[in-house]
Amino acid sequence: MSTIHKNWQGAAKLIDPTTPMRWGAFYVAEFRIRGMLKWAAAIVAFGLGNPVMYLLSIGVGIGAMVNNSQGSHGIDGVPYLTFLAPALLATAAIQGAMDEVTFPTIEGFVWTKMFYSINNTAISSKQIVDGVMLSAMARCVLQVMLYELILVAFGALPLASLPILTLASLLAGWGFAAVMLSVTVFIKDDDGFFAIVGRFILTPMFMFSGTYFPLAALPIWLQWIGWVSPVWHATDLGRALSYGHKVEPWLLVVHVVYLAAIGVVGMATAYPQFKKRLAE
Amino acid sequence: MPKTKAKVTDDSSPELMIVAKGLTKTYGDFVAVDGINFEVKKGEAFGLLGPNGAGKSTTMKMIASTSQRSGGELTILGKDPNQHGPEIRAHLGVVPQQDNLDRELKVWENLMTYGRFFGLKSAWLKTKIDELLEFAQLEDKRNVKTEELSGGMKRRLTIARGLVNEPEILMLDEPTTGLDPQARHILWDRLFRLKEVGVTLVITTHYMDEAEQLCDRLVVMDKGKIMAEGSPAELIKTYSSKEVLEVRFGSDNNKTMAKQLKGIGDRLEILPDRILVYTEDGEAALKKILAAGMHPITSLVRRSSLEDVFLRLTGRTLVD
Ligand SMILES: Nc1ncnc2c1ncn2[C@@H]1O[C@H](COP(=O)(O)OP(=O)(O)O)[C@@H](O)[C@H]1O
Ligand SMILES: [Mg+2]
Repeated sequence: MSTIHKNWQGAAKLIDPTTPMRWGAFYVAEFRIRGMLKWAAAIVAFGLGNPVMYLLSIGVGIGAMVNNSQGSHGIDGVPYLTFLAPALLATAAIQGAMDEVTFPTIEGFVWTKMFYSINNTAISSKQIVDGVMLSAMARCVLQVMLYELILVAFGALPLASLPILTLASLLAGWGFAAVMLSVTVFIKDDDGFFAIVGRFILTPMFMFSGTYFPLAALPIWLQWIGWVSPVWHATDLGRALSYGHKVEPWLLVVHVVYLAAIGVVGMATAYPQFKKRLAE
Repeated sequence: MPKTKAKVTDDSSPELMIVAKGLTKTYGDFVAVDGINFEVKKGEAFGLLGPNGAGKSTTMKMIASTSQRSGGELTILGKDPNQHGPEIRAHLGVVPQQDNLDRELKVWENLMTYGRFFGLKSAWLKTKIDELLEFAQLEDKRNVKTEELSGGMKRRLTIARGLVNEPEILMLDEPTTGLDPQARHILWDRLFRLKEVGVTLVITTHYMDEAEQLCDRLVVMDKGKIMAEGSPAELIKTYSSKEVLEVRFGSDNNKTMAKQLKGIGDRLEILPDRILVYTEDGEAALKKILAAGMHPITSLVRRSSLEDVFLRLTGRTLVD
């Protein structure tokens, strides 16, 4: 007789359901982070390499031209690097959080269908959403801190602004990741989704959000892209927090409320949609 | 601590693990499960036998507390899954129709990951995984990536994974579909052993031999409805004769020959490729046919099976 029989206690004795009901989201995050750890080296390498690349090519290269033509004040009365840094940080936070909700969600529903097997355990659909988001936020924090390390080293960010900038970046990452969660849950297969979203939503969002030049420099009929883009809201907010870029107080409130609002709407949509899809 | 389960007050009657009353599931206008009633007792192997599309998987998902019922009542381990899904699932093992293992992970990692979702500790899981791998006869595959396993091995791993929380009820949706005969027999043997520890099994299948082998009691399902219920022997006794004589006259002749066969045996079923004569004595029926000057191309006497029960109940064969 095998040992499985000898040691069998039975779930009634072995499993206390209140434990997974309390900690389930963390179990899901643990599972996701284990998955990410396989790419840990790449995540850190890109986390450090990308900002260096941007700073050297755009910050230093283009910055020299900008600083030359604009005089010593650059844009916004600060050196171009200082102007650029909050935008790079916001972009990195949003990109990092987004990657860790979109791919895992398609994987969980389509590629490995792991979400269905997780949902067959004591874990609820809500805990799956929360766990994926938690792990995306972990990745987001790491990405933001790596960028900050490089940006501070280049003298592009004041040290004192880091805590508040980190919080603002996380808010932006969370807000946009929530929106992406609520969209990705509908994907039936991966064909073309990333190509379409990448080309028609993400690229314009990153290009027309006042990242490399002020949004006001764009013709008014293109500026609306910035107004709806979390990248612009996070960038403009970051500039105010980093070097004191002048922003009307009401607009600061708008930035924070907008990022929080898309997050709340995104999560409120994701929860029932995950539940519905897992019941299929 | 887990709450005690609702017990049937009379101690001599067995504990009811699952009670379904008028259980219904609709997808839009389509009724996938149409008001079914059944009970599953502790320790029994209960089967849902029916062809593709009968509503077996839909029923399993409602029991597994991931799909909400559209109507009727459902009680699992004394609880309503609409209110207590996670609590119920904490004590269930689920083997879905489609293996959904994490292909990227190694065999043992699949078990570890899954166990963590029940809040089980890694240290405890380490020994448990040894036991499960022994049970599933996958000890030498421990460090192999899951995508490299054969179909039968994947199925055994999925079952092992479903056992990681030592479930009170193990739900198996078509456990051997797509497996070769040898792999099926290994699996049946493993499932028999589970009954010895007192695990209640709920099994769906469209193989009548599997239902006969594994199930103490079963319901025959078709088009979302339960057509009959009982042990395999009871069902055969009620809905079929002791023996069946199968005769073939060639596809073109079966229909015309059927007219001449009237009166031989208790009942006839005319299939496209053969005629089934239901009778208490197959050899005697065959003698009568030969004596009447009819000459079947082939003939075969066998005992009745659940396939015959299904044919009787629905007028169709189980596997097409
Ligand atoms: N998510 C769904 N949406 C719509 N129809 C479904 C869904 N799931 C199952 N069905 C339909 O319900 C019926 C029963 O399906 P299922 O329970 O999978 O049958 P079985 O497992 O017995 O083969 C089938 O006709 C199937 O097409
Ligand atoms: Mg099925």
